[in-house]
Amino acid sequence: MQIDTSLSNFYRLTKPLILLLGLLPLLILMLGAFNITDHGLGANPIEKLLHELGRWALKFLLLTLAITPLRRWTGWNWLIRYRRMLGLFAFFYAVIHFLTYAVLDQGLDIAAIAEDIVKRPYITLGMTGLSLLIPLALTSTRGMVRRLGRNWRKLHRLVYVVAIAGVWHFYWQVKLDTLEPLFYGLILAVLLLSRWRPRR
Amino acid sequence: MLIRQKDDVRSSDITAEAVYLSRRDLIKAAGIGVTGAVISGSIGSRAIAAENGPVGKIMASVTKSPLSTAESPNTWTDITGYNNYYEFGTGKDDPSRFAVDFAPQPWRVKVSGECNKPGNYNYEDLVSLHALEERIYRLRCVEAWSMVIPWVGIPLASLVNRFEPNSNARYVSFKTLHAPSRMPGQRRRILDWPYVEGLTMAEAMHPLSIIAVGLYGRELPNQNGAPMRLVVPWKYGFKSIKAIAEISFTRKRPRSSWEQAAPSEYGFYANVNPQVDHPRWSQARERPIGAGLFAGKKPTLMFNGYAEQVASLYTGLDLRKNY
Repeated sequence: MQIDTSLSNFYRLTKPLILLLGLLPLLILMLGAFNITDHGLGANPIEKLLHELGRWALKFLLLTLAITPLRRWTGWNWLIRYRRMLGLFAFFYAVIHFLTYAVLDQGLDIAAIAEDIVKRPYITLGMTGLSLLIPLALTSTRGMVRRLGRNWRKLHRLVYVVAIAGVWHFYWQVKLDTLEPLFYGLILAVLLLSRWRPRR
Repeated sequence: MLIRQKDDVRSSDITAEAVYLSRRDLIKAAGIGVTGAVISGSIGSRAIAAENGPVGKIMASVTKSPLSTAESPNTWTDITGYNNYYEFGTGKDDPSRFAVDFAPQPWRVKVSGECNKPGNYNYEDLVSLHALEERIYRLRCVEAWSMVIPWVGIPLASLVNRFEPNSNARYVSFKTLHAPSRMPGQRRRILDWPYVEGLTMAEAMHPLSIIAVGLYGRELPNQNGAPMRLVVPWKYGFKSIKAIAEISFTRKRPRSSWEQAAPSEYGFYANVNPQVDHPRWSQARERPIGAGLFAGKKPTLMFNGYAEQVASLYTGLDLRKNY
């Protein structure tokens, strides 16, 4: 009984901490955007914002996907308590990544955005990933998990598609030096393969 | 439309310079107030970071050129801190960080091929015979951003004429120095080093084509292609090859580095053309660097606004096929 209370106290304390940590990248970018830090965001602040926000969306997505294999390897089952928050951060950064593109980069030129989505495969992929994240974010509440039951797990397998679309979107966007997106791809591959179990 | 953009650039220029100056004053004040040993840590590094106004030797007797644009140039910080120069890394700030120790002098250029005066030339022999001109040009990167840059240089035509190309010369090709020990980006095979670029003879002889050796009236910074680079303002930036170590006159069209790396995305001509998109992004508009977060994009002009001067070079050529 006592252990239970101290544990729930632990989660009560660490969750806000992780929430703050997750907001830190955004805060740093905002400080740069308003030129409060030394160099601001450099010569092309919109490009910098776009790329950094996209990277953070992918990083949180990979962290979310790392929870299950980590639990399996270490036995640290308590990690599951943080998974929803990490997943929602991935969604959060993906949404502001998109808003930066739509508002700052394209100036809300709907025709240009539509043309991009239809004509540029890497943007098609990015939009696909983001759209598929929406139902996952909407069904992330405790009530929805309960209501959907077994179907919740089925629905949330979409996250694999989202992660592949996200990393591929990064890979196709890069001009020539594909080292960094390949590194993300490698991590994703490890995380996906670690889930694979031969059927008996 | 055009007038408003000029204003945008100008106002942001003023802000950047003002911020830069006030920072300098602060650091000077700090330096006077606190003794050296104490400030070696944080303030010391701030001083280096803030010390990015124009540096380098001021060039003597530079004349202004009527071929310059009236638009306001980008700041020194933007022009020297945001570069595509894969010989020093693929990040935009890599060249400013990793080209610091690249000592461009002494410099020799090998001239070969279809000409009467091939040989190895010293930098001084190549440049000092010509009058230096300031050419303020628009630069349009294939990545859909743009700057206005006050180059100092000499007409490429006058340099080419000295080598006396013969009647077989149809193209001129350029190679960047290949020296992985001094150019750390060449240690990874991102492109097939050395970087190669080329022009038709007509393009090379065009009065807008220059060899730039300076920026803002000073010697060209390493990250911008020191000691000598090509500038062809109506073409995407990657055509304007940096740190030229070889010049060759050829009958056959040279295959440029980006053309080799991705032939469906980058062609030999690479003329700025808002009607022909890059396969992965639109070329219809461009982001002016230095205009701020909320400035938006502006329409890209045919031949980067130099159509009047250069369009005649391409009469009869299908620019959609010859991108």
